[in-house]
Amino acid sequence: MQPLLRASNVTMRFGGITAIDDVSFDVMPGELLGLIGPNGAGKTTMMRAIVGINRPQKGSVVLEGRRLDALSIDARIRAGLALSQQLVKPFREIDVCDNVALAAGAAKTRTPLQALLHVDRQAERRVALEALERVGIAPLAAQSPRTQPLGVLKRLEMARALALKPKLLLLDEPLAGLNSKEASELARTIADINRQGMTIILIEHNLGEVMRICQRLVVLDNGRKIADGPPQATMNDAAVRAAYLGGEADVAA
Amino acid sequence: MEYEISLVTAVGISVLFALSLNLITGLCGQISLGHAAFFGIGAYTSALLAKAGVPFLATLPAAMLLPAAFGAVVGLASLRVRADFLAITTMGVGFLFVGVVRQQDALGGEMGISAIPDTGLSKIAFMLLTVLLCVLAALLSQYIRRSWMGQVFNAIAEDEDTTRVMGMDVPRFKLAAFAMGTALAGLAGALYANNLKFISPDSFGFVESMTVLSMVVIGGIGSIPGVTAAAIVLALLPSMFTFIGEYKLLVYGGLLFLMMRFSPDGVTGALRRLMARRKA
Repeated sequence: MQPLLRASNVTMRFGGITAIDDVSFDVMPGELLGLIGPNGAGKTTMMRAIVGINRPQKGSVVLEGRRLDALSIDARIRAGLALSQQLVKPFREIDVCDNVALAAGAAKTRTPLQALLHVDRQAERRVALEALERVGIAPLAAQSPRTQPLGVLKRLEMARALALKPKLLLLDEPLAGLNSKEASELARTIADINRQGMTIILIEHNLGEVMRICQRLVVLDNGRKIADGPPQATMNDAAVRAAYLGGEADVAA
Repeated sequence: MEYEISLVTAVGISVLFALSLNLITGLCGQISLGHAAFFGIGAYTSALLAKAGVPFLATLPAAMLLPAAFGAVVGLASLRVRADFLAITTMGVGFLFVGVVRQQDALGGEMGISAIPDTGLSKIAFMLLTVLLCVLAALLSQYIRRSWMGQVFNAIAEDEDTTRVMGMDVPRFKLAAFAMGTALAGLAGALYANNLKFISPDSFGFVESMTVLSMVVIGGIGSIPGVTAAAIVLALLPSMFTFIGEYKLLVYGGLLFLMMRFSPDGVTGALRRLMARRKA
């Protein structure tokens, strides 16, 4: 089976610091892949390199056989990626539903001219409501994001990404900042969305939830990939344990 | 009656000019401190063409296209720099325009261009044309706000990076805003030149850029009725209180400062808050 996304030998340097060092991994269609690692491991940088916010010095990213390296951020999104960012950034001037509808209107906002010629938003608002439904905040559609708590905004961020109808959904710490009840609810939502057929890369520090919902883990440490495999086996890996516990990897073990 | 007609025409030109900047700064959130340059390019284009024998109305398309082309180039700058730096860049463009025009004998140099041929329209017809163009510009602005383009502009104004991550081609939308806004400024400039029959570089300097920015900010960035009202009041002020003429920059600068300090969303925002308080 052809992988949905293939990252090959991605290397990303900021000045003298190598944030990602020759990292390669595949994401198979329908998979829920956990991208984990200690703070500063390069997970978010990796995700930003896939979306094109950061431009790697080396390596390439291929989505369904199409190289993304030369494409701008927006072109990559239109090619089928969607990013739900760690720091939620809703548009505060418009209501929750319109936030999502804006993403759903991608076909109408391809070019300024197309955008100028279209006014009607009914269809997009319907798609938006469906997306809000999927993440469980449809009743808040008419609310302003200004007044919503973080838990809702995290879901809004995810609904916005879903409304783009992506082939691959990238979630950067969707559970961060939520209490344990909210976190496990949202983790369940993520698993549901995956079961409905969405391929997902999930960055998350909440290892309990990661172990519960992910089918495979890729572990980064200091910018290098140190493990790739099924969750339980990966977490038992000596190098992974050492990375999380801060000790030296005992190669002999 | 003569006086009223010329006053309405002058005010109308200001409104059109303010609405043009509102497209860029109000709707799309891109600041410009050199907008008078595009007003000037339109004025010079129309004036030179008219002197070359082109009928007034036929000069208008060129007086829009040329500023729009320059506007798109300045828009390219907005792709690289943001906020404060864009303000400084556009201010530089404003100074550059005046500096270049001053040195060009073909453009009349310091003396400017005088004796611009008659438009062939009566004073009243010219006034009506100006008012009609204002109305059309206001309707166009309203339409853009309601369209998907307006949605994207809003998003760019609020958070450019997020807008890109949502798959929108932010650079092209910004260029579109600059091109449309500067084309309308050029149109206003063409009306200005043909109304006064005389233009010189001094009419398109920093003070004019600040004046038009004041209109947009005081009216309430983005609000079309607000900006229109502010443009009317600020354009009338100097003729009602002649002493303001001398202190124009001081008065407008002061108003700008007060707005930024106490009501960043302009008079429109202040009114909206007042209404909300009344209701509560």
